[in-house]
Amino acid sequence: MNKIIVSLVASALVLGIAAKTQAADSVTLLNVSYDPTRELYQRINDAFAKDWKAKTGQTVTINQSHGGSGKQARSVIDGLEADVVTLGLAGDIDALVQNGGLVAPKWQSHFANNSTPYTSTIIFLVRKGNPKGIKDWDDLVKPGVEVITPNPKTSGGARWNYLAAWGYAEDKYHGDKAKVEGYITALLHNVPVLDSGARGSTTSFAQRELGDVLLAWENEAGLVIQEFGDNFDIVVPSESILAEPPVAIVDKVVDKHGTRKVAEAYLTFLYSPEGQEIEAKNHFRPRDPKVAEKYAKDFPKIKLFTIDQKFGGWSKAQPEHFNDGGTFDQLYAKR
Amino acid sequence: MSVSNATREPRWVQITLTLLALLVLALFLVLPLATVIIQALSKGVDRSIATLENQDTLSAIRLTLTVALISVPLNLIFGLSASWAITKFTFPGKSLLVSLIEIPFSVSPVISGLIFVLLFGLRGLFGPWLIDHDMKIIFALPGLVLATVFVTFPFVARELIPLMEEQGRDEEEAALVLGAGGFRAFWSITLPNVRWGLLYGVLLCNARAMGEFGAVSVVSGHVRGLTNTLPLHVEILYNDYDFVGAFTAASILALLALVTLILKTALEWWHRDELASSRH
Amino acid sequence: MITLNRWRTPSIIPGFGLTAGYTVFYLSLIVLIPLSVLLLKALNLNLDQWVALITDKRVLAALRLSFVGALVAGFLDTVLGLLVAWVLVRYSFPGRKIADALVDLPFALPTAVAGIALTALYAKNGWIGQFFEPLGIKIAYTPIGVVIAMTFIGLPFVVRTVEPILQDLDRDVEEAAASLGASRLQTFAHVLLPSLGPALMAGFSLATARAVGEYGSVIFIAGNMPGISEIAPLLIITKLEQYDYNGAAAIAVIMLAISFTLLLAVNIISRKSRSGAP
Repeated sequence: MNKIIVSLVASALVLGIAAKTQAADSVTLLNVSYDPTRELYQRINDAFAKDWKAKTGQTVTINQSHGGSGKQARSVIDGLEADVVTLGLAGDIDALVQNGGLVAPKWQSHFANNSTPYTSTIIFLVRKGNPKGIKDWDDLVKPGVEVITPNPKTSGGARWNYLAAWGYAEDKYHGDKAKVEGYITALLHNVPVLDSGARGSTTSFAQRELGDVLLAWENEAGLVIQEFGDNFDIVVPSESILAEPPVAIVDKVVDKHGTRKVAEAYLTFLYSPEGQEIEAKNHFRPRDPKVAEKYAKDFPKIKLFTIDQKFGGWSKAQPEHFNDGGTFDQLYAKR
Repeated sequence: MSVSNATREPRWVQITLTLLALLVLALFLVLPLATVIIQALSKGVDRSIATLENQDTLSAIRLTLTVALISVPLNLIFGLSASWAITKFTFPGKSLLVSLIEIPFSVSPVISGLIFVLLFGLRGLFGPWLIDHDMKIIFALPGLVLATVFVTFPFVARELIPLMEEQGRDEEEAALVLGAGGFRAFWSITLPNVRWGLLYGVLLCNARAMGEFGAVSVVSGHVRGLTNTLPLHVEILYNDYDFVGAFTAASILALLALVTLILKTALEWWHRDELASSRH
Repeated sequence: MITLNRWRTPSIIPGFGLTAGYTVFYLSLIVLIPLSVLLLKALNLNLDQWVALITDKRVLAALRLSFVGALVAGFLDTVLGLLVAWVLVRYSFPGRKIADALVDLPFALPTAVAGIALTALYAKNGWIGQFFEPLGIKIAYTPIGVVIAMTFIGLPFVVRTVEPILQDLDRDVEEAAASLGASRLQTFAHVLLPSLGPALMAGFSLATARAVGEYGSVIFIAGNMPGISEIAPLLIITKLEQYDYNGAAAIAVIMLAISFTLLLAVNIISRKSRSGAP
C-alpha cells in the first residue's frame, strides 16, 4: 500500500517538473493577471505571439492566470513562477518587492507612464432612464439613494472606488478633513451590501436589482452592458480617479527561466500601436495619443486625478485607508 | 419480504412525511440546481456548447478528474483503516481520535490551502529545499491533490464509524473463533456488511473532491490549461462576465456528480437480491 | 506494535497495530503536521496583539455569527436530514431514486456557484425571496441568508450518515416493540431514535463543523456588513489582503480551537450515551 502512495506522489512530482522543460526554439511565459482581463490578454497574447515569431522566429506560448489582484500577488510571493505580472493596483506589485524581493524596487519607472500601459477610471452605472437623477458624486449621499460597491478590504477595485470618492470630496471641501470624512461616512451609510469582489457587486446590482447606482470601472461597465443587456445607463461624474493597473517583470523568475528578453518585449508590446488598439477595444483607455484619438468617442472626457497626486501613492494610501484601523474601518463604524 | 402493519405508519403520515421531505429537497436542492441550469442555457444552447468545446474547459475537466482519482482512493484506504481501529477495539482516547479526524471539516477552506502554502511555498518551511531540488508541490498537481485530500479527509471514515459501531464485533469474532484469518474476516464479513456505507462515503468524498474550490484556489495559481480545476474555471469565467460559460461549467460539475450517483444506483440494482437479504 | 497493543483492552480481533498505526501516521501527515504550522504562525503574535484581536468587537461579532449560525444550521440539518433519510429509506414513491441522487448536490456544486444560485433564489426578486419580501422578511444579505447557505452545504452529511444505519436496522426489534403494545411514536422515540443517535450526532457535528468554516457559498448571500453579516472566514481573507499572515493564522487558530472543543464534546456525549444504553 505504501508503495502505491510513494509511486503516486512520485509520478505527481514528475508531472509537475515535466511541465517546465522546454526546447530552445520555443519559449513559455506565465502572465499572472487580475480579473477581468481574460479576453484582453487572450487577444494580446495571440497578437504578441505572431509579432514575436515574425521578429525572432521563436514560438512563444503565454500561459495565463487570473484571480483577485491581491490573491494573485500572494501566489507569486509564495512561489507561483510568473515571468510578468499585470495587476489591478501598484500596491500589489510593491508587495512583491517587500516580500522576497521578487521585483526590483524601481519597477514603476521601468516602463513608460508609471508602468501602466492602459488606464481606466471609476464611473457610475444607473438603471435605465436614471430614475433617481444621479449625476455626480454629491447625489450618492442623498437620503434614499442606495450605492453598490464591493468591500475595499477584500477587493482591489473597491479601493479605487473609495479613493475616487475621497478625492472628489477633498476637492469639493478644499481639503477640510472633517468634511471629507463626513461625506465618506454619509456615502458608506448608503451602501446596503459589501460584496467581496467587483463581480459580486455587479450581480447584486444587475440581477438582484439591489441599489440605485453601481460604482464600477469603466472597462467593466462595458462588459456589464454586453452581458446583461441595455438595461443600464452610464453616468460620468464631473471628476474621478485615474485607475492605473500596472505591469512589471518579475526579475527573480525571468532570471531563473532565462526569459527576460521576451518578457521585456511582451510588456513593451502593450505600449505598441497594435497593443493599444486591442486595449482600447476592450474598454481600457489607451496611453498612445493617436490610438486615444481614434477611440475618443468611447471614452468621455473627464477630469482625472492620480493616486500619486492626491494620496502619495499606494504605499501611503493602503495603510492609511484600508488596513485594519484605517479610515474605512473608522468611518464605517460611524455610519 | 413482508412488512407487518405494526412497523408501518398510517398512510396519511407516510404521505405527509414524503411530501415534507420532497419540499425540503425541492427548496434546498432542486431549485438551486434549476437556477444554475437555466442560467447556463439563458443565451441559447450554442453558447453553452462553445464553452464545452473550449480547450481550457476540457483541460480543467481532465485535471479535476485526475485530482479526484488520486485523492479518493487515498482517503478510502485511510477510512477503512481508521474505522477498523476505532470500532473493533476499545482504547482510551477514542473520542479524541475521532474528533481529530473530523477537524478538516471545521477548517475554513482558505486556511486548508494556506497551511500547504506555509509548508511548501517559496517562503514556507520546506520551500527553499524544494527549490534546490527543483521540485514543485504547490501551484502544481501535488499541491492540488494535498489540498483536496485534506478537505475530503474525514468523509469515508466518518461514514463508516457509526455504521460499524452499530454492527458491533460479534460476527468478526465468530469468524475468527472458527479459524478465519483477520484479513479474511475483514474481506468476507466486515466489507460486505458496510458496503453501502462505504459507497456513500466514497460518493460524498468524490463529489466534494471534484467540487472543492476554496482550498484548491489557494494552492492552484489558476494557470489556465495547467493548474486550473473546473471549479476555479467557473470562477474565472464568472469574474470575466461570462455568465453562460460559468454556469455551463458548473452544470458539468453537477452532471459529473450525477454520473457517479447513476453508477451507485446501477450497483444497487445489480445487487438488489443480496441487499434485500443482507440483514439476516 | 507491542506497546500499541498493550494500550488497548484485549480482543481476539487482529490488526490493531496496523490500522491504528496507519491511522495515526496518515492523520499526522495530512492533518496534524500541516495544521501545526498554523499554530507556529499564530505564535508570532505577541500578547498585546492577541488581546487586541480577541477583544476586537468586529472579530467577536464575526465569530459569534459563524458559530451560532453553524449551530442553528447543524440543528436544522439534523431534523431535515432525518426526515429526508427516513422517507428515502422507508417509503417508496415515484422519483425516489432521483431524489436520493440529488442529496449529494451541495458537494458537487462549487461553493461559489451554490452561493450565487441561493442568492438568486432568496433575493427580494428571487423565486423564493419574493414571497417573503411582502412580509417584511429579508433573507438574502442578512444573517438568515447566512444560515440558509450553511444549512444547504451541511444537509448531505446528515442524510448520508443516517441512511445506511436505517437500511441496516432490524425490523424485528420494531415488531417486538409493537407486539408489546408500544405505539408507533413510542417505538420511534424509544427504539429507533437511540439506534440512530450516534449517526445523528455524527451528522450534526459534521454539518456544524463544515458550516463554521464555509466561505464560498456564504459570502455571496451574506452581504458582508461588518458587525452584522460578516463571517469569521471573511476576516481571515481581509488579513491576507493586508499580507498579514500571522493575523490570519491567529483567527484561524481561534476558530479551530472552538470547533475542536465542540467536536470533542459531541463525540464524548455520543460515546457516553451509547455505553449508558442497555
